[in-house]
Amino acid sequence: MSVTLVQAVTMALARAMEQDDRVLLLGQDIGVNGGVFRATDGLFKKFGDRRVLDTPISESAIIGSSIGMAAQGLRPVAEIQFMGFLYAGLDQLLSHAGRLRSRTRGRLSCPMVIRTPFGGGIRAPEHHADSLESILAHSPGIRVVIPSSPSRAYGLLLSAIQDPDPVVFMEPIRLYRGSKEPVNDDGGGLPLDTCFVLREGRDVTLVTWGNCVIEVSEAADQLEEEGISAEIIDVASISRLDMDTIFGSVERTGRCVIVHEAALTAGFGAEIAARLADEGLLSLRAPVKRVGGFDTAYPLYRLENHYLPTTHRILEACRAVLDFE
Amino acid sequence: MKTVASFKIQYTQFLDQEGKEVQPLPAEITDTQLAEYYRDMVFCRVFDKKAVALQRTGRISTYAPLIGQEAVDVGIAHAMKRDDVFLPYYRNTGTQILRGVSLIETLLYFGGDERGTAFKETRQDFPTQINLSTQTPHAVGVAMAMKLQGEPHVAVTTVGDGACSKGDFYEAMNLAGVWGAPVLFVAMNNQWAISVPYESQTAAKTLAQKAIAAGIGSEQVDGNDVVAVYDGVGRALALIREGKGPYLIELKTYRLGDHTTADNASRYRSDKEVSEAWKRDPIARLRTYLSARSLWTKDQEEKLLTEMNQRIEAAVEQYLAIEAPRAAGMVEHLFAELPPDLEAQRKILDGM
Ligand SMILES: Cc1ncc(C[n+]2csc(CCOP(=O)(O)OP(=O)(O)O)c2C)c(N)n1
Ligand SMILES: [Mg+2]
Repeated sequence: MSVTLVQAVTMALARAMEQDDRVLLLGQDIGVNGGVFRATDGLFKKFGDRRVLDTPISESAIIGSSIGMAAQGLRPVAEIQFMGFLYAGLDQLLSHAGRLRSRTRGRLSCPMVIRTPFGGGIRAPEHHADSLESILAHSPGIRVVIPSSPSRAYGLLLSAIQDPDPVVFMEPIRLYRGSKEPVNDDGGGLPLDTCFVLREGRDVTLVTWGNCVIEVSEAADQLEEEGISAEIIDVASISRLDMDTIFGSVERTGRCVIVHEAALTAGFGAEIAARLADEGLLSLRAPVKRVGGFDTAYPLYRLENHYLPTTHRILEACRAVLDFE
Repeated sequence: MKTVASFKIQYTQFLDQEGKEVQPLPAEITDTQLAEYYRDMVFCRVFDKKAVALQRTGRISTYAPLIGQEAVDVGIAHAMKRDDVFLPYYRNTGTQILRGVSLIETLLYFGGDERGTAFKETRQDFPTQINLSTQTPHAVGVAMAMKLQGEPHVAVTTVGDGACSKGDFYEAMNLAGVWGAPVLFVAMNNQWAISVPYESQTAAKTLAQKAIAAGIGSEQVDGNDVVAVYDGVGRALALIREGKGPYLIELKTYRLGDHTTADNASRYRSDKEVSEAWKRDPIARLRTYLSARSLWTKDQEEKLLTEMNQRIEAAVEQYLAIEAPRAAGMVEHLFAELPPDLEAQRKILDGM
């Protein structure tokens, strides 16, 4: 069946709940309403109010109570309505979910998933477009996973739910309904520790994740018309990061541009660039370039297209690394 | 066993849903004032309808309709003094405008343009808050600063019933109680937080009672009775000005519209409930009362609507004619003085 990314999320949730009755969902407006993006559409009806729990507005308590449930053997999948509202739950997530296993020498653990839409480009109000992957990647004990297509959303979410540790599953807002593709509802998961090569190429490696796959693909198309072959790597698992795939690619292309929509400074691109400088320097034939959001609060929507990395800015960075002597 | 603490919550209403006096109206409210409240409520409704229409045609983006809650907006605005500080959430657009935020600023904000938060008139008021309850501790700080600096003003912050579940709200009330900060918390209980009904939001019978645990005063009033809102908020503000501490007032109302223009309320609540709620419409209620006392005529109504529509249309026209925001605007107000590395980013944006 051909589905959108958000429908693939629903499919994966339903499959996980059917396969394992320890899996339950909690979050704001996820019950009768099916979530503000309809990611849990129909699940309340299908699984009832003991497995699909509408919560009060308390991000801290949503994440905190998930920790308790997980420690007791359930498999909570919590929804934070928009990633910009995750801040209110960060103490629970960073100080506790990521550390409970370690703080109890493995006696207690947190097999839980926090799903949350992230990123901008849909003319949403203030605080509805933040991208926090680098804050999370900086924190111990948490996996951070970002799908960029319906089939990867399906497979990665199933693996996230089965994972024995906390996973933040960041769902790219611009890709929610962007396109459809056939997804086989076979319960098959995808690995949480590998990048996906979306397109093979020889001349430059474009590294990205989530929403920016759109603009990066457009940039690669344009380069192709000019006879330049770009490889696209979707990082997918920000934490833990698969550098081997990136090293392998840069070894062949010698050039790398990293693109993300979070603010540039201390964005996750900086980590990848640092690792390339550290262990991949001799493969590089040009400095690594990063394209990101500006170092400011995500603007109200009239300016969001100026904030987000555009195909134009990505191409400029590509030209800079390609022309470097 | 003995009782070491107990509590009760008072409820106030002056006009019932038929527009009949259930108790004599407060003596200090004149007929002229009542007519003014009426006009302002109608203004809120006309503006609200226009804003929804502008969203439908793509001229602004997500907007949170206030329809059904006009008495709340108008009662708060009239009870507050100009020098009080308002820290609202997104469904108090009416109060903001009545306090002096211009229609154009309001449209700019919902139209995704930062210039809408510059507030030429209400210089001390905070921008509308979308991140639920996060403004409530700010209100405590604003209030405490005014107290420490010997200013007789009050900080007024509004939240929805859903937002009252959040830690910030409890923490703010607790802190305000300890500090004796001159702050008024207004809980707009419109029964729904998007799709979550009041009963699923809290096991507490009233929102007002949440103040008890913080050791501060509270009460509930009929939020669809503008007289009760004006009176209740006014009494609370007077109390706070006398130094009798922070206060929480719960305004019981109903969200007649969708949560926002991005929502479809028919997914989760019945038409019957909504049509029942229309019987408590705050505007019809006051109109009935005023008409019965011959203080309002059909002619006046028609004239008022024409006048309001003209005023709003004129503002919309001006709004639509405003030149697009400059991209560089997104970094220009980050720091008092832009650091050199951001200056470089500003230049890039300026070239866009
Ligand atoms: C911290 C936070 N969590 C979630 C949201 C998403 N959200 C926006 S409005 C809303 C419901 C708020 O309901 P209520 O407080 O009752 O106010 P109302 O909209 O009914 O006026 C939710 C969950 C948010 N804005 N902020
Ligand atoms: Mg509400």
